[in-house]
Amino acid sequence: MNCSDFLKELTDYLDGTLDARTREELDEHLQWCHNCFVICNTTKKTIEIYRDSELYELPEDLRTRLRSAIMSKCHDKKPGEIA
Amino acid sequence: MDAIEKVNEQLSDEMTLVRAAKAGDVSAFEQLVRQYDRNVFRIAQHITQNREDAEDVVQDAFLKAYENLKNFQEQSKFYTWLVRIAVNEALMRLRRRRPERMVSLDEEIQIGEDSMPREVADWTPNPEQLYSQAELREILTRTIQGLPSSFRTVFVLRDVEGLSTEETAEALGLSIPAVKSRLLRARLQLRERLNKYFKKRKDGKK
Repeated sequence: MNCSDFLKELTDYLDGTLDARTREELDEHLQWCHNCFVICNTTKKTIEIYRDSELYELPEDLRTRLRSAIMSKCHDKKPGEIA
Repeated sequence: MDAIEKVNEQLSDEMTLVRAAKAGDVSAFEQLVRQYDRNVFRIAQHITQNREDAEDVVQDAFLKAYENLKNFQEQSKFYTWLVRIAVNEALMRLRRRRPERMVSLDEEIQIGEDSMPREVADWTPNPEQLYSQAELREILTRTIQGLPSSFRTVFVLRDVEGLSTEETAEALGLSIPAVKSRLLRARLQLRERLNKYFKKRKDGKK
């Protein structure tokens, strides 16, 4: 396995969706390839940092306003009857 | 109760709400709105990069869902179906504002020149601690906004919202290889761009 093969499998590797054999090959590659080891770790960190970032949370006052706007349009109609 | 039972129970609760809403129970639909409005807003804002557009997307997506509830086949999760509607609304608004350059719709897992790692450097053990919370948000926002929308959308659904590859493919009307290919390129491009902020410095300074 070379670095380019490793990168192609990186997404499945990080998601834990590879079969055991391919996973072992990737693990082995990581043992000796420092560049792929760093790319793998920093990509993992990239995902974690975005997952935990809470960008674009919906403020509670806006949330209430949007919900009442939605519900007022739904209220007098049955589903499928909104013009 | 184990995790799978819990998920199954949530899904059946959701289906109960969907059926009640279909039968005309508006308060059941309101519960669905409460359940998913934050997710829809986040997805919409990530795609449109505009607060007003995101607000409009939330309203229009839920109204469209209500309007089309009868057509919801119950073969997929309600949430996946809702995300599909929301993504379409968001992309429509984005295109209206900024016609986008085309990105190749590769079905093969290709890395592409644009995503090949150029700089390889380890990051400090806790990159989050290098910056204040406000600075970090600014960095993360600016960085993800620089991605093409087709990559950004896949990344947000898979890695921020936690949809599976299959659900993301269904929500975006893409093949599974296309989702995987875009996700890989999105992850690698974000990594590359964050590198300049988070890499370890020899002198130990920012």
